[in-house]
Amino acid sequence: MAGFDKVVSSYAEAMAGLTDNMTVIAGGFGLCGIPEGLIGQIKRMGVTGLTVVSNNCGVDGFGLGILLEDRQIKKMVASYVGENALFEKQLLSGELEVELTPQGTLAEKMRAGGAGIPAFYTATGYGTPVGEGKEVREFNGRPYILEESITGDFAIVKAWKADRYGNCVYRHTAQNFNPMAATAGKITVVEVEEIVEPGEIPPSQIQTPGIYVDRVIKGSFEKRIERKVTRSA
Amino acid sequence: MALSREQIAMRVAQEFKDGSYINLGIGIPTLAANYVPEGITVMLQSENGLLGMGPYPTEEQVDADMINAGKETVTASTGASIFSSAESFAMIRGGHVDITVLGAFEVDQQGNIASWMIPGKLVKGMGGAMDLVAGAKNIIVTMTHADKHGQSKLLEQCTLPLTGVNCINRIITDLAMLEIRDNAFYLLERAPGVSVDEIRQKTAGKLIIEGDIPEMQF
Repeated sequence: MAGFDKVVSSYAEAMAGLTDNMTVIAGGFGLCGIPEGLIGQIKRMGVTGLTVVSNNCGVDGFGLGILLEDRQIKKMVASYVGENALFEKQLLSGELEVELTPQGTLAEKMRAGGAGIPAFYTATGYGTPVGEGKEVREFNGRPYILEESITGDFAIVKAWKADRYGNCVYRHTAQNFNPMAATAGKITVVEVEEIVEPGEIPPSQIQTPGIYVDRVIKGSFEKRIERKVTRSA
Repeated sequence: MALSREQIAMRVAQEFKDGSYINLGIGIPTLAANYVPEGITVMLQSENGLLGMGPYPTEEQVDADMINAGKETVTASTGASIFSSAESFAMIRGGHVDITVLGAFEVDQQGNIASWMIPGKLVKGMGGAMDLVAGAKNIIVTMTHADKHGQSKLLEQCTLPLTGVNCINRIITDLAMLEIRDNAFYLLERAPGVSVDEIRQKTAGKLIIEGDIPEMQF
């Protein structure tokens, strides 16, 4: 790699430095916009004791779900984990810890973490189990709870295209948590469908500026659909 | 007669105002999209990052990168926008979404809602529900008035862990439409053929009945 060129040519290079007990922030919503190849590499590396921060934990046999097969995840921070039988089993047996976090709070925790803001007040979760033990403060007569932001040792992100400098664009609703995840990793790795030359993406259309990105790899994606629903033409 | 799921959704849709931004939860709320009244245009927000949710795709239109918050394949309507989860919840938490419709296990007369967790049963998570109830200006809860054992779901105080506090203003059940204010349920309308007595019997919280209660019109 020279200068701002962040492209790596192997998954091993992309995830180099990931070790046991690290925190990994992953973009994606359900199976939409997930860095499939980077997740596969984490599985191959066999690292364990991971804390994974992601809206969901994939499904059995796909997405982050494959990291459960060899018990690589110690703790999951997510808003919804309902699609995964193995997850349920490990949770009930106590092998896996889960911190359920409201979806908007999770997005904001990543955004704030990436922006150097250590905590923020939100009305979400006040008076519920989520608010238990958290500082409460009133603003304009309404109570808010203090939520701490999240940063990760690694952030794994799926973008549609990136240029060699790591400037990214996302496609449709595969954007979801990816832009926030990209800002919140000490090392941010982006897996893309296409790598282009700097200047090919108009600067005003870049959704994640390359400053947040450390490594870019061209992946190949299955893009599995969780719930295909159609109407007749 | 108690309303069907479709009829509850129809009554919900009558509450929609022209030009409103609306977030519909999974289940009965989603069905309300099918009954938007003639001459009214609304825009549906899906919290995974889509404002202007269109119909389900045809087989040819299916795109793995285009889903709704229920993880179903979907299309974007004309004039839609797509954005990140942080942007999506900025809209929700910032009070920019006009109406949120969601289901619940219990609602109480203080406007508290319990919809995500039954102790002793496996908890799958709250998703975006806590953000939605904390942020929306108008929240409509749809649910059956009583559970399958006949126990009221409209309570003096919720018994299950809460999703949000003091946030619900309107409930549409299979028996009635009610408003919550001044620490009580106010009966506004009853389902066709359902008596005020039956509603009174199945409402455990404080119920206020003022004057004649009209039947819902479909």
